[in-house]
Amino acid sequence: MKIRFDILRRKDPESRPYLQSIDYEAASPEETVATALTAFGEEGRFTDTAGNTVEPVRWECSCLQKKCGACAMVINGKPRLACDTFLFEEGKKGRIRLEPLGKFPVVADLIVDRSILFENLKTLQVWSDETVRTDEDNTDSAYEASRCLQCGCCLEVCPNFCAGGSFAGTASFVPQARLLVSLSGAERERVRKSYRKHIYEGCGKSLACRNICPAGINIEQLLIRSNALAIWERVRK
Amino acid sequence: MRNVNIIGAGLAGLSAAAVLAEKKIHVSLISAMPSERAQSVLAEGGINAALDVSGEGDTPKEHMADTLRAGGDIADPEAVRGLAYHAPEVVKRLIDIGVPFNQEDGHIAQRYFGGQKKRRTCYAKSSTGKVIMNALIDVVRRYEAEGYVTRYPHHVFEELHAEDGVCRGVTVRDTYSGTSLAFSGPVIVCAGGLAGFFPGLTTGTTINTGEVQAGLFAKGVVFSNLEMIQYHPTTIKTSAKRCLVSEAARGEGGRLFVDRGGSRWYFMEEKYPELKNLMPRDVVSRKIRNVLHDPACGDQVYLEMSHLPDEVWVRRLPDLREEIIHYLGIDPAKDPVPVSPAIHYFMGGIDTDAQHRTNMEGLYAAGECCSLYHGANRLGGNSMLGAVFGGSVAAETCAGEAKDDGSVSPDVVNSREDGAVRSSFKNELCGVLKEALGIVRNEDGLTRAKDEIRERIVPSASCRMEKMIAALAEAMIESALFRKESRGAHTREDYPKRDPAFCGAVTAALVSGKLEISVRRISGDENPV
Repeated sequence: MKIRFDILRRKDPESRPYLQSIDYEAASPEETVATALTAFGEEGRFTDTAGNTVEPVRWECSCLQKKCGACAMVINGKPRLACDTFLFEEGKKGRIRLEPLGKFPVVADLIVDRSILFENLKTLQVWSDETVRTDEDNTDSAYEASRCLQCGCCLEVCPNFCAGGSFAGTASFVPQARLLVSLSGAERERVRKSYRKHIYEGCGKSLACRNICPAGINIEQLLIRSNALAIWERVRK
Repeated sequence: MRNVNIIGAGLAGLSAAAVLAEKKIHVSLISAMPSERAQSVLAEGGINAALDVSGEGDTPKEHMADTLRAGGDIADPEAVRGLAYHAPEVVKRLIDIGVPFNQEDGHIAQRYFGGQKKRRTCYAKSSTGKVIMNALIDVVRRYEAEGYVTRYPHHVFEELHAEDGVCRGVTVRDTYSGTSLAFSGPVIVCAGGLAGFFPGLTTGTTINTGEVQAGLFAKGVVFSNLEMIQYHPTTIKTSAKRCLVSEAARGEGGRLFVDRGGSRWYFMEEKYPELKNLMPRDVVSRKIRNVLHDPACGDQVYLEMSHLPDEVWVRRLPDLREEIIHYLGIDPAKDPVPVSPAIHYFMGGIDTDAQHRTNMEGLYAAGECCSLYHGANRLGGNSMLGAVFGGSVAAETCAGEAKDDGSVSPDVVNSREDGAVRSSFKNELCGVLKEALGIVRNEDGLTRAKDEIRERIVPSASCRMEKMIAALAEAMIESALFRKESRGAHTREDYPKRDPAFCGAVTAALVSGKLEISVRRISGDENPV
């Protein structure tokens, strides 16, 4: 299976971005974009369509099985994990375009600095000073909320999120929801206030994030439940 | 404020950081990537603790005995006693920080796991590592906000500072900016296993490169049991790697079979009527290898799960099912899944005492990079326990010993201008190691590998790290050559029996640039082999 990869590259944050096209012969259509990128990381193995030797393409990866979120990038216009994008699916038309996520500063090639994700979780004080209670009522929600990869795909499609803005976005809301469903008393009140300020008031309810999560987290369900707990003050369920 | 440097932000690193920050000791938490990308998030099946929730009479004593027995009786019994007896309080602490373990009848649920007759493994479906990590990340985040933990989340190891056998700090490089930073103070290494020595062939991550270990080995840090590599019996092959099919699949009733004469032969059940498919991992992997070498059998072993009740797929293994469908296009609730053994865990690593001290003052190790609890073969459910417990013990030891000599802020220093490790080098080295260090080893294969590493795999002159990696790889081979017996994960076809002379840790160290291998017998018998 032959695919032409068009990769938006940049040596460092200061240099000009350029598009490099590389023809890739996949050993099997079951390969993913991550498999191709691993090959593009080998020194001197590829020449681009203009005949230049391809310098190893920089990208981040760790687990290669869609459990760590490292390899999030924009693939044919959509934020996805490279390890979760099969060539038989995305390469049907023979071309795959790779770009870095657009809402974070570029470090090099497909690597972006996602530190704002972790800063936001600190701003929202996503932690607890008390014992966190999980029982048969809230375990499923707490489990679902524990699955966020911090990959940033949901923020890429969000019309309301911009780095540095007061709306922290789904990537903060999901980990926060674990505390919201599990805490009680003053600690829960603190989390509710933070949820109202940094999530509820900024979310335009476009639900653009609904079907984008590589972990398949049921975001709509968690939102409904969090709104019930933090805004409508329904009982803990 | 005192400063302690932790290399690695997975389970062991986070656990150590939380203990130190609680004591108001500053932690510089250094990792190649944020904790969310650490290998610990891949841990699936669960964490062991003798809570006896199902009234089978389970005890920490039995947990300790199972761990030692499965480990081929070469793990330090005192360390394993600490692990097993503290396990219930480790799990209690995880419950208190809100880890959403599966529950049954109002209490935590426990499942059967390999090598253990009692239900002892606490779990969250088959994503236990992910949810424990998530809760521990929240704990450490509070200390970050309070200024007790500073994260360096895209920084890789460059060099350990060692003077006269004392660890003085570490230099790391920011992979984003290229800047090198020198940290002073004691170091706790929580760098994971050696998956990076076997690219594409393990269930691990690409960021566990083994470079930290190679750098420490070059500085004279003692390693032990490097020959002990766990092949997990049930993995599936994707185009990029091996993905784990959790032991929980068999704990919940999954059955291994191979085709023999047109019918399914459940070889584990026939051979091991008591524990059946839940024998320790080394036994199952060896057995799979043997049936595949049997001309009467087919050339693929399968895991049959189609008989498992819906309850299991809905409540206990939905994530595992989704993953198998995603990568293989096979629904395990309907059809058997082709599985094969692959490298999953490194029992060996940095040699420590029961308090997690290395041979170098001021240097500690915990988690998979540390060789302490698992001996010759690790029990399923004990890795996360070893990481969380070991990280906290290392932190307590370090807090009690370290002098007030660290600085909270690192110094910017000149980079060493060392070239990156080439993927061609890693792939060539891997080719040699995988041939020699398979499930079954022998003198010829190991000797050939030793020669190839010395003569054929040439480290780049412009990359010191390649040379250090080659030295550690050679120590793995030499350790396997030295242990002339079969025990746990180390099966020598030329020495098929256990030999009491090797009842202990095989240690490896560079002394004045020369590799020295010896055995430290567990009985306390000082007579070398």
